[in-house]
Amino acid sequence: MTYEKRSDGRKMDELRPIMAKVGIIPNADGSALFAAGKTIAIAAVYGPKLLHPAHMKKPDRGIIRCNYNMLPFSVSERARPGPSRRSKEIGMVSGNALASVVDLKRFPNAVIDVDIMILQADAGTRCAGINAAAMALAHAGVVMKEMISSVAIGKIDDKIVTDITKEEEDYHDGEGATDIPYTLTSNTKQITHLQLDGKIQVNRLKESYEAAKIACEKVLDCQKRALKGEDIDENKESKK
Amino acid sequence: MKIPNINKKRVIELLKDGKRLDDRKNYEFRDVIIESGISNKAEGSARVRIGKTEVIVGVKLSTQEPYSDHADEGTMMTGMEFSPVSGERYESGPPSINAIEVSRVVDRGIRESGFIDWKGLCIEENKKVWSISIDMYCINDDGNVLDACSIAAVSALLISKFPVYDKETEMVKYDELTDTPLPLSKNIPFAMTFYKIGEELLVDPNREEEDSADSRLTLALSHNGKDMMINSMQKGELIPITGEDLDKVIEHSEKVYEAVFPGIDKQIKALK
Repeated sequence: MTYEKRSDGRKMDELRPIMAKVGIIPNADGSALFAAGKTIAIAAVYGPKLLHPAHMKKPDRGIIRCNYNMLPFSVSERARPGPSRRSKEIGMVSGNALASVVDLKRFPNAVIDVDIMILQADAGTRCAGINAAAMALAHAGVVMKEMISSVAIGKIDDKIVTDITKEEEDYHDGEGATDIPYTLTSNTKQITHLQLDGKIQVNRLKESYEAAKIACEKVLDCQKRALKGEDIDENKESKK
Repeated sequence: MKIPNINKKRVIELLKDGKRLDDRKNYEFRDVIIESGISNKAEGSARVRIGKTEVIVGVKLSTQEPYSDHADEGTMMTGMEFSPVSGERYESGPPSINAIEVSRVVDRGIRESGFIDWKGLCIEENKKVWSISIDMYCINDDGNVLDACSIAAVSALLISKFPVYDKETEMVKYDELTDTPLPLSKNIPFAMTFYKIGEELLVDPNREEEDSADSRLTLALSHNGKDMMINSMQKGELIPITGEDLDKVIEHSEKVYEAVFPGIDKQIKALK
């Protein structure tokens, strides 16, 4: 049996309902919430500010210090609080995705702290985190060359699908599940973050990039509208 | 971390004239707003806002072997973090001593009040009991995070439901919740913290007031139907408090409880 119908009834190239909002944390210089279906992420930006410890300072540019933190109650079996190897890696790749569009030369010796928290996890948490973080950066007024948007493309059995859920990630029949999170820039569609976990034929990878381009465009639209002050909740919109 | 507080003098001068930065009275709380449903993966979760302060709390249940001296009683653990999103002054890393203090004071307030029926958490004596994990996170710190955490922890506990426990495999099925709430009494604990700034006492400080405080005293109160009980206390910061201060705390604690708690109780009862 092949994967013909998605478990939540979405089309193969359909995103989950998005929630997006900026300014959710008054103390932060910039903050945002981004949710894709049941995955909910929030992000806060503090800075640019003087960097401590001094040995991390770069005299010619600023740095982005990104933390990814999955809350203990965001997953079925309580996750141990505090950093793990996984969260450190995701923090790093998320920070890199953001740093590639920020004009860091403007901020020598400075740091921009970006903190991502996952409140509720149903796959695609790093993508939701990056989307929230990019919105928070823009909300903080940090100069960016382009916006970035992120989505997890998957190959479930032999189908390329957009924005996979945990249930799809755990699909074992046929060719199984492959998770391919992409982060693309808004104008030039450059890839600032790409990972893959699973198995995919070399000649099908390009298909996943094309799916990511279409999906990221939709994510970008929500990010932009939220940055203009809209409180986006597609769950409510679809009920109307 | 202490930052130099240029507002302290002004805060003290205002208080002498019976005024606060946001025009409240000394023993007046900001509006408390309680919501639930922060994470559908938690057995219960809540968000509490007190003014601009925001905390979220999630309750997770797991099973473990009981302690040998409490062979038929469940266990509870609490954790708290001033997460780096919550303010400029907080950095990522292991919980600071301040965060540890918050979690321990909240823990004692709940533990000692008799709010949780520990024996009701027993699955099989000597073998298996439920363990409650309460994880508290500050999302935005504008003062009085401890009281907010206490309200949120209690709210999350009250709406928590047991997940399904499969006796044969001895595994918890986290994605199937039962309709059974936790074994809790009506004796809801509520922590309030008094702060001393100069010669004045007040409750529910905002960030600037809290930074100006010389000392503080937390009381976790509960009402057993007959008497108002104190279940835990914690004196904080360096400056001592006097016997007269203690008199004032005693005098005002019940008044604050009566002014603030009914609103909280009403909101908790409306939670799903």
